Amino acid sequence: MAHAHDIASKFVVEAYDIHKSFGDFEALKGVNLTVAPQELVFIIGPSGSGKSTMLRCCNLLEQPSRGQVKITGEEITSRGVDINEVRQRIGMVFQQFNLYPHMSALGNVSLALRKVKKMARSEAEDRAHAALKRVGLADKAGNHPTELSGGQQQRVAIARAIAMEPDVILFDEPTSALDPELVGSVLEVMRELRESGMTMVVVSHEMRFARDAADRVIFMDGGLIVEEGTPERIFTDPRSDRLKSFLHSVTGH
Amino acid sequence: MERFLDQFFNLEVMARYLPDVAAGFVVTIQLALSVIVTGLLLGLLLAVIRAFQIRPVNWLIILFVDLYRALPPLVILIIFYFGLPFIGITMSAFVIAWIVLASVLAAFAEEIYWAGITSVNKGQWEAARSTGLGFTGTLFYVVIPQAIRMTIPPLTNRTIAITKNTALASVVTVEEMLTVAQTSLAYAANTSPLTMAAIGYLLIFFPLTMASRWVETRYAWKR
Ligand SMILES: Nc1ncnc2c1ncn2[C@@H]1O[C@H](COP(=O)(O)OP(=O)(O)OP(=O)(O)O)[C@@H](O)[C@H]1O
Ligand SMILES: [Mg+2]
Repeated sequence: MAHAHDIASKFVVEAYDIHKSFGDFEALKGVNLTVAPQELVFIIGPSGSGKSTMLRCCNLLEQPSRGQVKITGEEITSRGVDINEVRQRIGMVFQQFNLYPHMSALGNVSLALRKVKKMARSEAEDRAHAALKRVGLADKAGNHPTELSGGQQQRVAIARAIAMEPDVILFDEPTSALDPELVGSVLEVMRELRESGMTMVVVSHEMRFARDAADRVIFMDGGLIVEEGTPERIFTDPRSDRLKSFLHSVTGH
Repeated sequence: MERFLDQFFNLEVMARYLPDVAAGFVVTIQLALSVIVTGLLLGLLLAVIRAFQIRPVNWLIILFVDLYRALPPLVILIIFYFGLPFIGITMSAFVIAWIVLASVLAAFAEEIYWAGITSVNKGQWEAARSTGLGFTGTLFYVVIPQAIRMTIPPLTNRTIAITKNTALASVVTVEEMLTVAQTSLAYAANTSPLTMAAIGYLLIFFPLTMASRWVETRYAWKR
């Protein structure tokens, strides 16, 4: 049922002419983004370029000032849309994990299953256990976030997203708050998700991951998409000066 | 030493006034418990309503809270006790003391809960909302449990401070423990009844502080 719109649209996410202003400041100046089923789209760009804002417009955590967002063909920016229903189909993973500190890992993953999807506790917990197992944390179900490492916390957050069986997951710098040695475990889970066919939009500075996992890389700057293409194209043949200098600054040579 | 013992721990005086002080103790503990339960619940209810940000409603809540925090409880008590009959409302002194003190506690508690609610990280809201949980669900399952845990220590302090005001109820003729003890003290010309009252207060407030410590450690989590 959650996939009822799949047939109707070739795209999981479509965003057209997205503008977003904060007061006088225009953070997004007309961005178009389409994501096909099972595609992994990577968004890169300097700080303040509007990457997070763009991502957050896709599930309306940020309301676009102008433009249209569709999820599996359904326009979610139009009036009368039940945003809580739509958000069940759009997972989101945050830089700061944002796990609920008063709940165990299992509680974190099963809360929305129970209270949003209205599953019985046992059914929700079975599903939550399965999701935790998938991110390699089967044995941590009873632990609270403070008892987990950053990498484990982020994997619980990913489990929380996948347990809802969404059509797409949005990742906003999922590894930026992690110690370098913990980054790998999270990327490993993301790679596994990608291989299983999950549609993903990832904002990240992990260029290596972008190179070998992304289908498409989008470079944003100043609230606009400046360049986009295959990882190969973006990283080996940057055309705009802005992308060249950005790549130069992140790779450090 | 002997005179001290005689003055404060005169067993004969204690035995004589024990029934009176015990009756006062029962009144005090009834009043205290009613005030604590209703005050804390009403305060939480007001904070929850305030979270919905309905303008006129919020103004009313803020007015109520500021008024009750500004006025000394004694003044409110007297206004209610002597004022209500004029508008045709008669209630027992106990009920009036209960309503007034519970309202005072609710006013302070509302502010404390509210501070707790607003101090919950914005990321908690976003994470919950992104899973499709609505505003109310997020408030109840994610934000309020965290807010309450943060507010236990200041809430305990406030609760104890305000609950001690049960002694004020004597002004409106409630036969609570401290009044009884003072009357007995005057009759007996001996302070032993007051000692009993002191023990009575310890019996009420020690378990309260212990319960709050227990709740605090039980639900503590490190950040
Ligand atoms: N709620 C807000 N209020 C005001 N300005 C905002 C708000 N959110 C974002 N901005 C501004 O919009 C611009 C884009 O922000 P955004 O967070 O999307 O950038 P970003 O590309 O994700 O940057 P970073 O790599 O640092 O995360 C920034 O200049 C930021 O200051
Ligand atoms: Mg960002």
